[in-house]
Amino acid sequence: MNDFVERLAAQASDEGLLDVAYATLETPIGEVVVASTERGLVRLALPGVSVDDVLTRLAEEVSPRILAYPQRLDEARRELDQYFEGRRQQFELPLDWRLSHPGFYRRVLRATAKVPYGEVITYTDAAKRAGSPRAFRAAGSALGSNPIPIVVPCHRVVRAGGDIGNYGGGPELKRFLLEHEHAL
Amino acid sequence: MSAIDEALPPFQVFLDEHLEPVRAFLRGMVGPNDADDCLQETFMAALRAYPRAHAGNLRSWVFTIAHRKAIDHYRAASREQPVADIQPAVDRTISAPPADARLGMSPRDSAIWGAVAELPPGQRAAVVLRFAADLRYREVGQALGTSEESARQNVHEGLKKLRKSAAELKEMAR
Repeated sequence: MNDFVERLAAQASDEGLLDVAYATLETPIGEVVVASTERGLVRLALPGVSVDDVLTRLAEEVSPRILAYPQRLDEARRELDQYFEGRRQQFELPLDWRLSHPGFYRRVLRATAKVPYGEVITYTDAAKRAGSPRAFRAAGSALGSNPIPIVVPCHRVVRAGGDIGNYGGGPELKRFLLEHEHAL
Repeated sequence: MSAIDEALPPFQVFLDEHLEPVRAFLRGMVGPNDADDCLQETFMAALRAYPRAHAGNLRSWVFTIAHRKAIDHYRAASREQPVADIQPAVDRTISAPPADARLGMSPRDSAIWGAVAELPPGQRAAVVLRFAADLRYREVGQALGTSEESARQNVHEGLKKLRKSAAELKEMAR
């Protein structure tokens, strides 16, 4: 059965019919789901989100032509492994931004993608870098809707008072990532 | 919400649900050796057409495709045969599978498969859909483009012939 799915996915990919390929990866934080279009990584789901839910939303928001095809996610797996092993500070794989809302939300996420490893900025900084200094609350919403966490490091955006703030995967995960990067 | 407005499930979910029944159907139609090729062609065709499929009707839809692939397979196989071997009757678009399709089967499976393969195409497809793929009569009709009633009739006639072959096999085994 798995052989069959693999051959089918390979042929589909060759013929340009595989709009979304996905894989599940074992990582130190648990099982994450990664999905890639032909443009690049489009979604990373943190542990706790069911694979079915991830696929259903991708079917609605990108395309229903989705198959498990880990080969297309080799680069994502390699870079994430290196990140968790402390051997990579910057992700280089191509990203597909289509799941982030165009406009302010996407500007906040793109600005966040440039925050270096080991550093943190505040929600106000993120709003400022996206061109709307007073929209720090909206910046928080934009970061909360990040479709590609870890790779787009929304965990590096924290509250001004020293509190680390919210995180989609829970504040413990945010603390774990920041400690892993020696940012705390 | 009408069936047309329903969202399509991710293709992987659709595949997980229908892969084994469609495989069973194709094994019954073309034999185990060629079933996997037809299976790949069936799901590639399904993937190609998937965005235009109707979410409420995916089960009979995929069997319609699989049935078409089985017919294509027999047309291709009969073109490869010498002219004298080609069945003269126009309606026998699905001829019996080549004998070598039965290699590697147990004698019992081979006998059953042989008897199923002897059925006229409409009856064979209906019997296999009903019993190997476990479709309801309504779905058998949808998959084969016939009414529920004629699907029921085809299965009934097919089973009658299979019972007769089984009785003859028993006779021969004595």
